[in-house]
Amino acid sequence: MNTPTPSSGQRVHYLNASYGVRSWLLTIDHKRIAILYLIGVTVFFAIGGIAAALIRLELLTPAGDVFQAETYNKIFTTHGVMMVFFFMIPGIPAVLGNFLVPLMIGARDLAFPRINLLSWYLYIIGGLIALWAVVHGGLDTGWTFYTPYSTVYSNGWVVVTAVGIFIAGFSSILTGLNFLVTIHTMRAPGMTWTRMPLFCWGMYAAAIIQILGTPVVAITILLVGAERLFHLGIFDPAQGGDPVLFQHLFWFYSHPAVYIMILPAMAVISELVTAFSRKPIFGYKFIAGSSIAIAVLSFLVWGHHMFVSGQSVYAGLVFSVLSFLVAIPSAIKVFNWTATLYKGSVSYQTPLLYALGFIGLFTFGGLTGLFLACLGLDIHVHDTYFIVAHFHYIMVGGTIMAYLGGLHYWWPKISGKIYPEYWSRVSAWVIFIGFNLTFFPQFIVGYLGMPRRYHAYPEEFQVLNVMSTAGASILGIGYLIPLVYFIWSMRYGQDAADNPWGATGLEWQTSSPPPTENFEDTPVVTGRPYDYLTGRGEEAAVG
Amino acid sequence: MASSTPAAPAAPPELRHHFASLEAQKEASSLGMWIFLVTEVLFFGGMFTAYAIYRETYRHAFEGASNLLDLRLGAFNTVVLIVSSLTMALAVWASQQGRTRLLGLFLVLTMTLGTTFLVVKYFEYAHKFENHEVPGPHFVVPLDEATHQLLPRQSEMFFSLYFCMTGLHALHMIIGIGLLLWLLRKALRGDFTVRYNTPVDMVGLYWHFVDIVWIFLFPLLYLLGRHTL
Amino acid sequence: MHFFPEEASTFARHVDSLYLFLIAVTAFFSLMIGVLVVVFAIKYRRKSADEVATEVHESGVLEIVWTVIPFGIVMIMFFWGARVFFQITRPPQNAIDVYVTAKQWMWKLQHADGHREMNELHVPIGQPVRLTMASEDVIHSFYVPAFRFKRDVVPGRFSVAWFEATKPGKYHLFCAEYCGTRHSNMIGWVYVMTPADYQAWLAGGAPGETLAASGAKRFVENACNTCHGDQPGARGPSLTGLFGRRVQLSNGQTIVADEGYIRESIVNPQAKLVAGYPAIMPTFQGLISEEGLLQLVAYIKSLSAPPPAGAAAVPAAAPSQTPPAPERKVSRP
Repeated sequence: MNTPTPSSGQRVHYLNASYGVRSWLLTIDHKRIAILYLIGVTVFFAIGGIAAALIRLELLTPAGDVFQAETYNKIFTTHGVMMVFFFMIPGIPAVLGNFLVPLMIGARDLAFPRINLLSWYLYIIGGLIALWAVVHGGLDTGWTFYTPYSTVYSNGWVVVTAVGIFIAGFSSILTGLNFLVTIHTMRAPGMTWTRMPLFCWGMYAAAIIQILGTPVVAITILLVGAERLFHLGIFDPAQGGDPVLFQHLFWFYSHPAVYIMILPAMAVISELVTAFSRKPIFGYKFIAGSSIAIAVLSFLVWGHHMFVSGQSVYAGLVFSVLSFLVAIPSAIKVFNWTATLYKGSVSYQTPLLYALGFIGLFTFGGLTGLFLACLGLDIHVHDTYFIVAHFHYIMVGGTIMAYLGGLHYWWPKISGKIYPEYWSRVSAWVIFIGFNLTFFPQFIVGYLGMPRRYHAYPEEFQVLNVMSTAGASILGIGYLIPLVYFIWSMRYGQDAADNPWGATGLEWQTSSPPPTENFEDTPVVTGRPYDYLTGRGEEAAVG
Repeated sequence: MASSTPAAPAAPPELRHHFASLEAQKEASSLGMWIFLVTEVLFFGGMFTAYAIYRETYRHAFEGASNLLDLRLGAFNTVVLIVSSLTMALAVWASQQGRTRLLGLFLVLTMTLGTTFLVVKYFEYAHKFENHEVPGPHFVVPLDEATHQLLPRQSEMFFSLYFCMTGLHALHMIIGIGLLLWLLRKALRGDFTVRYNTPVDMVGLYWHFVDIVWIFLFPLLYLLGRHTL
Repeated sequence: MHFFPEEASTFARHVDSLYLFLIAVTAFFSLMIGVLVVVFAIKYRRKSADEVATEVHESGVLEIVWTVIPFGIVMIMFFWGARVFFQITRPPQNAIDVYVTAKQWMWKLQHADGHREMNELHVPIGQPVRLTMASEDVIHSFYVPAFRFKRDVVPGRFSVAWFEATKPGKYHLFCAEYCGTRHSNMIGWVYVMTPADYQAWLAGGAPGETLAASGAKRFVENACNTCHGDQPGARGPSLTGLFGRRVQLSNGQTIVADEGYIRESIVNPQAKLVAGYPAIMPTFQGLISEEGLLQLVAYIKSLSAPPPAGAAAVPAAAPSQTPPAPERKVSRP
């Protein structure tokens, strides 16, 4: 299975090829940039996570007795801004995508390595600016910046935060641009579109959304800042502006944005399911096609966030039917992943545990999305905890589980080390249990009528809130454990072989960790992807 | 195992290490610039959408305010930009021919025309400030030129969009001139040859795009609903 | 443990039925996938390190089947949801009017007969109620979970929605669109009463000035009567009997004069010009508060309805069909 390699300490690879802060901060190696992003997203996730802990702390009791109302509003805004713009959107593309896309297609780097580094700097600068706002008094508009509250009435750091998000938006655009050009022009000889790993298809589809959607939120947030600074009236009804126009422009990006968050996650799951079933993925073309279909359809459904805002009934009907349609490609993927397990050779390592957890939670969470596409129902549940529960099922039960699954799967490749399997399985279970306990009660309390963004609530909602907070404590512990053992493994972990999982894919044909230039010789591809059944894993992928 | 590629001839200095060939590099650069321009279309597109919606809602106010813009200066600027696109295209042609002096000349001409555009814009803006046609606390509702009645208050919205749209466009022009200066410096150093002129080509694409944005802005802001020429 | 709020309106039951259907579908598919995944993971677990999986041929038919069936199910959900939505968004003709002004961080309600309430709404059962809502500042949302009623109140426009209460009781009223510091305190109660109790409540408190009477004052304060005063040669169209009537616009279109049209004509008169009248009405954008606009609309509506019979809020009869005022053709100045 694995040719013995000299221990990673003796061989030169991308981690030890050069030392010193400058060699990292001025790197143009996509793998090092991925590590830089890993550190960045972890820090912002921690900040957003602390904010979440504070929210759940306040919601233990019906009275608003832990924080002042305005402070609480700033906390949930911080949670949303940090998590959405500085963790979820960059997340899998910037960490796993940056590291893996060139390796998976047999290239030496992305198409524009210097722009890749620029992306990281824009991300960090944007994040620091937003963090400055948090530290100096915060923002209380919610991550959605609805006008005229954000442009006229709020006393928080609207413009500063808007600038931070604007800059980070360019990071996202440039990452998407890099992936699109790389996948189009730098695939190894013989790697046709239908031989490309599904991970790359998912990155490609997400990149389309990053390119087309992010500029719209960029101009929208720019106009919000301009309105606030110069007293323009574009979204202010007192000057003839339309707050619902803001909502249209904002959601035109922010709905597709959630598919930027889920498509890369689905891309990871495709890889995990096939590798740990040791069997070609079922329905490759349908999964690839579904990714593109989701990317396209995602731009046509934004109005489902505005069913009660005052759109016309006809607009509501159109957005409702399209929102139902966008669910179909996701369903197709779930069925194909399930079919991949059928008659496979399934191995219960941690990445697969995360993948199975994803399939269950994403299916359930995605189905709750249908409740929101349904006009008659959404009226009642809009702006309640039902919505909060739905999107956390997808983003946390979905994307974050996929992110962790992918991190575990490719950790040997990224670090050259093996993490401890016992603790990784423990944390996977702790996360799964903690997650469900946190968010399932929120569906119930939402349908009962508890609105979102409430600092205090009627007593009859307390029991469900206490359950949710208890779950959040468990979930928090679950996230801390991997942080500890991943860092531990870098020093004390067993050295990893080139292909510890026996998986197909060009990334497993090079050493763990890879050399800076990825491959000694440019690979040439002749076989189908995921060709587990015609021979041993590493021989099948490359002719 | 992977088959290796035959030993390559000495790589040209412009070839970055991760590309297989100059052709591949150029193809990637070109695709990258086109995708970037698509993002710019969507960036401006948000404002064009807002403009279209408000123009329909406040038709009378917008028509009246539009007639207050200086048509001659706007038309002059349009001609200036179109000619600058010509000089830019000629610069690209010169770089493909390897004619550095000519390339430098056309770059300078393009920059001069771009700067002319910005100077004219400055005068237009200054005039607006004098007339209190700038949205915000100092805005004074102007008179309709045709009827000498006060325009509806929503004329302020026209000016909000006017300044945002032309301002963002002007910012793109300034960045474009900066890029042209960078190109000029590289050209004078002899960086561009018959074999390699990709940056000139790419900046050319960007410049043409900024020109096209103006070609949409001018009729939408200055021409629609014009009472008299 | 409750899973549903009380069902206290005519459409609550329809919403809950739809909800139960979606829960059933969700439970079915989640369980199905969950069970399949677990069963496959166990049944096909790897038994030796070099085990090779079995070839499974892809099936286009299967892909089509599991595309078409979900498509069919979601289409059922769409049509059912749309039907409930139509019920929710179409106020019946015999609704009584309540006017709501939302402002940070309170709800001000006024019944047509003048009863004012703050953060509370008293309504009788069996009577459709139409809420015409305006916001003084930011976006709010009027949410009564027991009615399954929610509508955003957006500044710069009127939001109109309706409900019919079916069960006496006291139900939560929440603001459901984040509106600033005291968003979670912008709550109140809706009291649904039997018709007898409701009459008693009405008789109890002295109603203030009716909305229409306040509107009449606004009408004069803002000099509306100088053009719309029905005097011979008036520069503006008559407003008597306007509400609910069809209006011919200068662009050839014909529209029905509702609350939204009246509000728009005050703040953006050029948007819909009445045929045969010059475009000289100034805009009152920013010059009249949202509450003032509600009062003016109530006043103009009262110019169409028959005079109310005493203080008891008998459900208003449908506006009588007064013959439209003859159009006055005035030449352009």
